[in-house]
Amino acid sequence: MDPGFPVLSLLIFLPLLGALLIVLLPGKHTPTEWLVQNAPGNAVDYPKWLALGISAGTLIIALVMFIIFDRSVSGFQFVDEFDWISAEAVGFNVKYAFGVDGLSMPLVFLTALLTVVAVLVSWRIDLRTKEYFAWLLVLETSVLGVFTSLDLIFFFLFWELELVPMFLLISIWGSGNRNYSALKFVLYTVFGSAFMLVGFLALGVAADTFDIREIRQDVLAAAFLPAPAIFAFILIAFAIKLPVVPLHTWLPDAHTDAPTAVSVMLAGVLLKMGGYGILRLLFTMMPEVGADADLALAIIGAVSIVYGAIVTIRQTDLKRLIAYSSVSHMGFVLLGVAALGTTGMSGAAMQLVTHGLITGMLFVMVGLVYDRTHTREISEMKGLMHHIPLLGIGMVFAGLAGLGLPALAGFVAEITIFLGAFASQTAPVSVALLGVLLAAAYILWALQRTFFGPRDEKWAHLPDANHWSEFTIIGALMALIVLLGVYPSIVMDLLEMGVEPIVTELEAVVSAGAGGG
Amino acid sequence: MLSDVNLLGPELVLLVVGGFLLLADLFLKDRRLLMGVSVAALMGSILYSGVLLTEGHVGQQAFDGVLVVDKFAIFFQILLAAAAMVAVLVSTETLQRTPSRRGEYLALILFSTAGLQLLAGSRDLIMVFIALELTSISQYILVGFHKDRWGSEGGLKYLLTGAVASAVLLYGMAILLGLTGSTNLAEIASYIAWQGEGKEEALMLAAVFLIAGFGFKAAVAPFQMWAPDAYTGAPTPIAAYLSVASKAAAFAILIRIFFEALGDDLLAEHWKTIFAALATLSMFVGNFFALRQNNIKRMLAYSSVAQAGTLLIGLAAISADRGELLGASGILFYLAGYTVTNLAAFTVIILIANQNGGSYDIRKYAGLGKRSPWLAFVLSFALISLIGLPPTAVFFGKIYLFETAVQSGLAWLAIVGTINTVISAAYYLRPVKAMFVDSAPDEDDEQSMPRPSNSVLATMGLVTAGVLVIGLHPALLINAAEAAVAAIFS
Repeated sequence: MDPGFPVLSLLIFLPLLGALLIVLLPGKHTPTEWLVQNAPGNAVDYPKWLALGISAGTLIIALVMFIIFDRSVSGFQFVDEFDWISAEAVGFNVKYAFGVDGLSMPLVFLTALLTVVAVLVSWRIDLRTKEYFAWLLVLETSVLGVFTSLDLIFFFLFWELELVPMFLLISIWGSGNRNYSALKFVLYTVFGSAFMLVGFLALGVAADTFDIREIRQDVLAAAFLPAPAIFAFILIAFAIKLPVVPLHTWLPDAHTDAPTAVSVMLAGVLLKMGGYGILRLLFTMMPEVGADADLALAIIGAVSIVYGAIVTIRQTDLKRLIAYSSVSHMGFVLLGVAALGTTGMSGAAMQLVTHGLITGMLFVMVGLVYDRTHTREISEMKGLMHHIPLLGIGMVFAGLAGLGLPALAGFVAEITIFLGAFASQTAPVSVALLGVLLAAAYILWALQRTFFGPRDEKWAHLPDANHWSEFTIIGALMALIVLLGVYPSIVMDLLEMGVEPIVTELEAVVSAGAGGG
Repeated sequence: MLSDVNLLGPELVLLVVGGFLLLADLFLKDRRLLMGVSVAALMGSILYSGVLLTEGHVGQQAFDGVLVVDKFAIFFQILLAAAAMVAVLVSTETLQRTPSRRGEYLALILFSTAGLQLLAGSRDLIMVFIALELTSISQYILVGFHKDRWGSEGGLKYLLTGAVASAVLLYGMAILLGLTGSTNLAEIASYIAWQGEGKEEALMLAAVFLIAGFGFKAAVAPFQMWAPDAYTGAPTPIAAYLSVASKAAAFAILIRIFFEALGDDLLAEHWKTIFAALATLSMFVGNFFALRQNNIKRMLAYSSVAQAGTLLIGLAAISADRGELLGASGILFYLAGYTVTNLAAFTVIILIANQNGGSYDIRKYAGLGKRSPWLAFVLSFALISLIGLPPTAVFFGKIYLFETAVQSGLAWLAIVGTINTVISAAYYLRPVKAMFVDSAPDEDDEQSMPRPSNSVLATMGLVTAGVLVIGLHPALLINAAEAAVAAIFS
């Protein structure tokens, strides 16, 4: 698909330009005051409207791309590229290259969608709104950049760029121990990307290019590091991001202390960068090592699923509970990848998308509940369903989707992963099934303790969902979760198309190995 | 011989104007003009370098091969003069404190810059030493320029350790002269190529002394002890100048001596180890001490030690095959990026200190994001660049240098470098956090801020734009760096 117009670059950089616009528009630190003084009788808080307009515009572009995406050809579409640095003499060549394929297109759409959700869920923020929305849009640009980069250096650039808005968003607008959590998040990620960079450089030096489409297994013979080492280095960064046990400890802290919108972005799209990276970079560029690492990945995945679920049950803070459940759910991604087949891998990719929607919604609901109750302690909440039934329905819906109820999106992804992985990774899958059971336990138990049970007059004054922004978010996310649950092929076909080339190479590698050995 | 004077133009402009400034200081009543004159001189020096570059003088030698005008030297001449220009432009406040010594201060900056420029073009050990002393002596005085307690302590420490470093350097040069019978780099190289075998140990001894001497100038651990005190005591513009200009010139001459004179394969393997070890040490020492600082000048002093370590990765890599061009151009690129970034950081620090009543305490930065959002933003941007996050100059510098390391089989050094990046993030982010996250103890205390001078503000804009431009379009500078190092490795 070549629209004859750099639509992808526009998509990536539109939020960044929007952020600049928000910052540069006049007014000192509180634009509300500025407008109140300057626009008689009309105190519109313009940063949030601008942010909504820009993120909605980005979403529309993403939607148009999603629709006109050519589903009959595999490979990258909407490609924008030109040479950016070409230092031939020293062999340092970087391309400005962006493109989407079946694997990244749904994730791009998810990012655009969840940014709109994040803007809407922040509608009542009144602390330094200008900076807040600007950083949120910068975050969107960086995540979109990660999902669409076709050059390792640009991938790394956007991967790191995301840290700046995240650090500030958590440490300024967060709660609790936010400074500690923000720094912990940054240091964990930078630690991982340190190794990732070395891996990238080793690949780039060996291949004389950083183009993801050109780096393939055969160049690795020329690398200065053995291929498994490069694989492991890059995997560290993705494993921290995903996250897997035992590299997950930054996640509950960051989630608990982050503002709702940032939790939505973090769980909804930032974690997905890890899973996406494993598929797009590791298994595309190094299928041989990947095929050898299948059992290890499956075991790590199963451990994450079960350990994450067990820890989740013990949580007393509702938001922390959801955060830990992410650790468990992201384990499924590794399990699906380790299956090495089309079914398992597309299931893993599907899990990225559905978990983004479902956990995004869960965090939205927890955030909305917290806005009213001002507590997240499960023990303090009781019988909320009586007082805020609409929010309660949203919460129960999201919870059921999270535990994998059939006809909702989460079920499709998990069942596909199990189907794909059962044959080749029987033992890890059997263990992981326990995780599904535990998921039902922790979600239902949490819902029972908070929303059900006898009426508690302490909460009688709570207002239910009453703002258009809240209805919009809840309605849209519910609709999408149901849509993907009953008609998954709208995304599944794309994802299968995206993982197809990876699987083909893997099969070639495996059969060559079997034939040769 | 007389026509060679032409080739010395960039340095001569500075020396002559510097002398004029000293004289004018005696007679002139209104000394505010002097700043303009020195900026003009530095501009003239840059233009002269440009003329040498375009008028076909590239590659010419002057005074019997003592000096050379190649692209490598011109790259550094321009970089150093530009750095000095920034230092002069941000000195308005320093000069207001001591109006009667304006000429002296400016002249010393010019002399020191001329010395550093000569260093970049030297091809003779005697010339190297003279250039180094010209610059060092000027800097000793500049560091102690405020004759207060901190200034005197810093200046004296710098002078004493600097004298020892000069002696060590001279000793290394003497060994080299004794061994090879020449002080000319090209002659030393040809001697080693023909008769060097069997003399590796003595040559290595000389090399170690040279590394120690120049390592002192570049603030490489374990020769960094002077840096924190000198930075703290010196007027802040001078601290900024020291952190970038001295470092740049020291790396320039290290590259030149080690790869023009001692570039024989006989020795290269040994230095690779030495440089790699020093790089590791510098990064860890600089970063760990920086973690504990509350004074932002001291923090940047230690961070500059760590940055020197990062640069040494490039030197270690040059010694490997295939790494020559990449390593050297990586160093040049990183130096330029680091220079611009560090100058940006220091410029904002000067502006902030003017507002904070001269305080450099990071804890006093609390709430600055609210009081002066632009200053806070620019400082954050510079610090984020120093960590090496995109889209900034140092981000590409780091990728470039680490690629060099991987390319030359020193992947472990790249890992050490990246781990140190993580450590450095912990302290570089502290001021950012203080400015944007912490709130000032007395929020509503609206002090009347002294309005910063236009020259400082304009400089801040320029260097910040530089950081961004290099970060977004690194190809320009990469190509310049490549062309510069091709003069040495061809």
